[in-house]
Amino acid sequence: MLHNKSFVRKTKSGKITKNVREHYLRDDIYCGVPACKSCDSSAARLSACPSTILILDTNVVLNQIDLIENPAIDDVVVLSIVLQEVRNKNMAVYNRVRALCSNSARKFFVFSNEHHKDTFVQDMAGESKNDRNDRAIRVAAQWYQNHLGGVAKVLLITNDRENKRKAMEMGISAETIETYVKTLGQQDLLDLLVRPPSEDVVMEEVEDLRPSKRKVIYAEHKPMSEITSGLHRGIYHQGKLRVNRYNPFEAYVGSESIGDEIIIYDRTNMNRAFDGDIVAVELLPQEQWQEENSLSLADEEHEEEDVHLVPGSADDAPRTANPGQGSGANADLPSSRPSGRVVGIIKRNWHSYCGSLEPMPMPAGDGGVAHALFVSKDRRIPKIRIQTRQLGNLVSKRIVVTVDSWDRMSRYPSGHYVRTIGEIGDRDTESEVVLIENDIDARPFSSQVLACLPPLPWSVSSEDLANPIRQDLRHIRAFSVDPPGCKDIDDALHCTALPNGNFEVGVHIADVTNFVHPGTPLDDEASQRGTSVYLVERRIDMLPKPLTEDICSLRADVERLAFSVIWEMTPEAEIISTRYTKSIIKSCAALSYIEAQARMDDSRLVDPLTTDLRNMNALAKIMRQRRIERGALTLASAEVKFQIDTETHDPLDIGMYQIREANQMVEEFMLAANVSVAEKILKHFPVCSLLRRHPTPTKEMLEPLLRTAAAVGVNLDVSTSRALADSLDRAVGDDPYFNKLIRILATRCMTQAVYFCSGDLSPPEYHHYGLAAPLYTHFTSPIRRYADVIVHRLLAASLGIYKLPTVFQDAAQLTSIADNLNYRHRNAQMASRSSVELHTLVYFRKRPTDTEARIVKIRSNGFIVFVPKYGIEGPVYLTERSEKGEGEWFMDEQQQQIRKMDGSVTYGVLQKVQIHLEVVEPQPNRPKLQLTLI
Amino acid sequence: MEYVSPEGLRIDGRRPMEMRKLHAEMGVVAKADGSAVFVMGNTKVIAAVYGPREVQNRSQQMSDQALVRCEYSMANFSTGDRMRKGKGDRRSTEISLVVRQTMEACILTHLMPRSQIDIYVQVLQADGGTRCACINAATLALADAAIPMRDLVTSCSAGYLNSTPLLDLNYVEDSAGGPDVTVGILPKMDKVTLLQMDSKLPIDTFDNVMQLAIEGCKAVATYIREVLLENTKQLEYHRGV
Ligand SMILES: [Zn+2]
Repeated sequence: MLHNKSFVRKTKSGKITKNVREHYLRDDIYCGVPACKSCDSSAARLSACPSTILILDTNVVLNQIDLIENPAIDDVVVLSIVLQEVRNKNMAVYNRVRALCSNSARKFFVFSNEHHKDTFVQDMAGESKNDRNDRAIRVAAQWYQNHLGGVAKVLLITNDRENKRKAMEMGISAETIETYVKTLGQQDLLDLLVRPPSEDVVMEEVEDLRPSKRKVIYAEHKPMSEITSGLHRGIYHQGKLRVNRYNPFEAYVGSESIGDEIIIYDRTNMNRAFDGDIVAVELLPQEQWQEENSLSLADEEHEEEDVHLVPGSADDAPRTANPGQGSGANADLPSSRPSGRVVGIIKRNWHSYCGSLEPMPMPAGDGGVAHALFVSKDRRIPKIRIQTRQLGNLVSKRIVVTVDSWDRMSRYPSGHYVRTIGEIGDRDTESEVVLIENDIDARPFSSQVLACLPPLPWSVSSEDLANPIRQDLRHIRAFSVDPPGCKDIDDALHCTALPNGNFEVGVHIADVTNFVHPGTPLDDEASQRGTSVYLVERRIDMLPKPLTEDICSLRADVERLAFSVIWEMTPEAEIISTRYTKSIIKSCAALSYIEAQARMDDSRLVDPLTTDLRNMNALAKIMRQRRIERGALTLASAEVKFQIDTETHDPLDIGMYQIREANQMVEEFMLAANVSVAEKILKHFPVCSLLRRHPTPTKEMLEPLLRTAAAVGVNLDVSTSRALADSLDRAVGDDPYFNKLIRILATRCMTQAVYFCSGDLSPPEYHHYGLAAPLYTHFTSPIRRYADVIVHRLLAASLGIYKLPTVFQDAAQLTSIADNLNYRHRNAQMASRSSVELHTLVYFRKRPTDTEARIVKIRSNGFIVFVPKYGIEGPVYLTERSEKGEGEWFMDEQQQQIRKMDGSVTYGVLQKVQIHLEVVEPQPNRPKLQLTLI
Repeated sequence: MEYVSPEGLRIDGRRPMEMRKLHAEMGVVAKADGSAVFVMGNTKVIAAVYGPREVQNRSQQMSDQALVRCEYSMANFSTGDRMRKGKGDRRSTEISLVVRQTMEACILTHLMPRSQIDIYVQVLQADGGTRCACINAATLALADAAIPMRDLVTSCSAGYLNSTPLLDLNYVEDSAGGPDVTVGILPKMDKVTLLQMDSKLPIDTFDNVMQLAIEGCKAVATYIREVLLENTKQLEYHRGV
C-alpha cells in the first residue's frame, strides 16, 4: 500500500464553507511510452518509437475535436487536468476524447499529471484557475521532455499566445494547432480546423450580397448572472427549444414556470438558438402575440412545405400553432398562446449535421479557399457557413458539418466540414444520411459482442432438457404466423381443445435472455441500440444475425427455447388461469399471414392445424370485440409497402399494406400476452417494472380533428376513449373511404405510447389510452426490441427462476434506460419514414402518375392532400407561390373551404380530387416530389 | 459522477484497494486512564477511557460483569459548516451504541464484576469513515488503560461505486449514496464482530466488498500493533528497563 505526502486543498463552494480534500501524490504513474526504460510499460499506449509526442491544451481539445479524431493526429498525451476541464465545459467532447483514449486503434494516452509527484503544481497566490491549469500543462510537458530525454520530441499544442510564450521560455517546443497541421502536409485536414472567431472578418465579404451585412442582426445574449437572476425573479423562463419540423421559423419552449409552451416566431426572436438548446426566454407584451404570427409568414425565407409521408401520430404531424394561420380571418382575436424571444442560451445542443452545400459558382483565386453555405437535411437547422479548399469536390456530395460559433453580426452560424458521406441522390448515401440523422448505429457488431454468442451450429442441449425451470412442450402443436419471408420469428402460438370444453392457448416467445446476459458486451450493445430498425431495403439488427435468424428464431421443425404464457380459456374467451414458464418448443409450421388466412378460409381443410387456427380466430374475434367495447380505439394508419427489386434494390411497386384477419388474430394474442405479463411483473416489482403507457390526448390535441369533422357535419364526442371510439364508428358517410379517413385523421392527433419505469409514475398514469388497458408492456418481440428483453428478465425474476439484475435497483438508471428506449424507438420510426419517403421519390422519378387524393387541410393559397394509394401527403397550390391567394381565392375557416372569388369553384375538406404526381428538380441535385391539380 | 477514472485512480489519487494514511498516538489525555487519537486521512477521532471504576448508578451494577458505557460526540469544528452538533440525535445515539456493543464484545467484562468502564469518543475532524475511526481509537484507548481484552477490535469500511469495490471511503465517496459496508473484526481470532451496510448490494458483489473491508481491518490491525509495540518500548525506556 502506497501513501505519499498528503496535503490539503481548499475549495469554496456555494456558501462560505471550507472543504478540505486529501490529494495523494504517487510515484507509480507512468509515461505511456513503450520504449521508456524507467517506467512500467504494461499500460503504455503510445507508438513503440514515437518521433513526436503531442500534448494538447484544453481549448485545443474543446474546439478541435473533429480534427483530433482524424487518424492523422496520433501519439497524443492527454493530461488528466485537460480531461477534467473538458469534462466541466462540454460533456459530449469529453466522451469523444474518452472514446479516443480507449480506442485500441489510436495512440492516445492519459497521463494523470494531477496525481504524479513531479507534475503536480500547488496553487499560487493571486493566480487564476486557468493560469494555474495552464502552468500544470506546461509543467507536465516539461516533465515529459526531461523524462524522455532525446527519445522523442515533445510538442505542446496551444492556441493561447501567452501560454505558448511561457512554454518557449521554459524550453518546451510549442506550436499552434494550425501550424502543426500545416506541417503534416495534408490539405484536407485544414478543412477540419476550427478557425478562431477573430478570423471571422474574412468571412464578411462572403456573407452574401445582402445590403444588411455587418449590421448587428441579433440581440445580445444576456450574461449568465443576469439570466440566473432573471429566472429567479420570474421575468425569464427556462426550457428546451424545439423547432417545428415543418416550419423552421417557428419554435416552442416548454416552460415549467408558466406551465405552458411559449411560441417563438422567426429567427430574430430565436436569437441564434438551435433545436434542443436550453434557453432563457422573455415573454413579449401580450399585444404583440398575434402580430408576430403574421410576421412569420411574411418572412422572405419562408419555405414551402414538402411532400411527405402521412404522419402516424401527433409526434410526426406538422404542428399548426394557430388555426387561422395566414387567413387573416381571426386577426382581431388575441392569441391565447404566449409568445416570446430568446434572451440567452443556457446550454448548447450543437452537434454535427448531414446535408449538402448550396450550389454556388467556383471562387476565383483566394488560394482555393471557398466560403460556402451548408444546408442541413434537417430543416430545423439554419444554414451554416463553412470554409473549404475542396469546393469543386463537395458540391455534389452529402457531407457532415459541425457548428463552431454564431456571432451577432452574422445571419448564419459558422462551422467546419467534418467528412463526406457520398454522392447526393445515390441511394446508399441517402440511406446513410437517414441513419446518421436519426443517430442509428449501423456498424457491424464488434468482436467483443460476437464473442458472447454461443458457438454455431446451435441446438437444444441435454442440459436444457434436464433444466427443471424449463418445461418440455415439444409435443405441443405450435406454429407461427408472420409476414412472408420473415426470418426473425419471435412468437409462436398453440391452441389445444381441452376435454372440459375449454381451450389451452399458449403464446411462446423466443427466449432471448437465455443468450443475452446482463452486463455482457452483447447486452450493452443491444441496450444502446434499443430496437432493430427497418428501412425499405435493409434491416439494422439490435442483435447479431446468428441470434435473430437462427438460434432464437422460432423456425419450423427445429427445437427452440421459448418463454411461454399459457392460458386456459373458456370458449367465450374468458381467461380462467394464466401460467408462465420457460419452455422448449418445436414449431410445426411457419405460416405467412396469407397462408394462414387461406387455410382458415378453405372449408375443405379439416387438418388439426387448420382447426387450431379457426379456434384461435374465433377466440381472437371475441377478445377483440370485448376490447373495442371497453373503448379501445381501432385507429387507422396508412402503412406503405414497397416491392423491391432484389438485384438493383429499386422500388418496383408501392401500395398500402393489407391487413387480414390472420394479422388481427396474432395481434390479439400478443396484446393479451403483454397485458398478462404486465400484471405479473408489476405485482412482483411495483417500483421497477418497465411498462408502456399511452397518454390520454388533451382537448387541444384533438382540436384539428374536431374542426375538420364539424366542417363535414360529423359530431365527435371525445370525452372518453369509449365515447370517441363509438362516435368514430358512427362516422360513416356515403363514401366508403370516409370512415377510414376520419380514423387516419384521429390517429395523427394522438401522441405515441411510451415506455416508463413504474416507480416514476402513479398507477392511474399507467393507463394505455389506445388499447383502453390499465396496464400494458412489451413482452412479445425480444429479438428486435430491448424493452422486451428487460421485461423477460423481470418476468423470470418474478417466477423466482433468475435473480433480478442489479440495474433494477438503480431507479435513476432504469429511468434513463426507458428514456433511451423511447428515443431509439422514435428515431427508428423516423428513419423508417425517411427511408420510405426516399424510396417514394426514387419510384416516382421514372413514373409520373395521376391518382386520386383527398383534401385534408385548407390553406390560403391551396390545400394539403392525402394520397391514400401511396400514403403520402403534400401541398397543392392554386396560385403561384409568390402570391398569397387573396384576390382570386377566398378561404372559409368555418366551412374549411377555399372558394374562387367569382364562386365558380369550391374545394372543401375531405373532398376527392384528381392530382398529378411528378418529380421535379428546381435546383440541380435537389429532386422533390410535386403535386398538381388536374 | 466518475469516482474511479479509467486510469484506475480515485478522486483523491488513491487506487481502489488503497487506504488513506493512518496515524495514531496514545496517552493524549493525561487525566484519563487511557486515551488515543486515531487519524485516517482527514478523519481524526480522540478517545478517552475511564475505569474500571465503581458504578455510579448503583441500580445499573451487575454482579457478574462490568458495565461498559460509551458516549459519542462530534466537535462543532469537525465539519466545514462549524454548526453546533446535537448530542442526543439519532446518528450519535446509534454510533454510541455501535461502538459500545463492539467494544463490549472484546472486553473481558467478567473479570471486572461490579465495575464500570466509560469510553468517550469525539470526532475532531470528519471526512468519512468516522465510525471506523471511533472503534480504532477506542481499541487503542482501552489498551492504553490496560483493560483486559480478548483481542484488538479494528474496523474499516468499503464501498461500491462505478462498479468497483473501494476501500476506506472518504466523505466525497461516502456522499455518493452508494453502498457503504462497515466491518469490525477481531484480527487474531479472525472473527467479524461488526457488520453494517446501508442501501442494497447483490450478494456476490457484497462478498467482494466485505472481503475488501476485512483486508482493510487487517491492515489497520497491523498498524495498531506497531503503535502498541512502539508505545511499550517507550514505556520500557522511561522506566529504565
Ligand atoms: Zn517513462
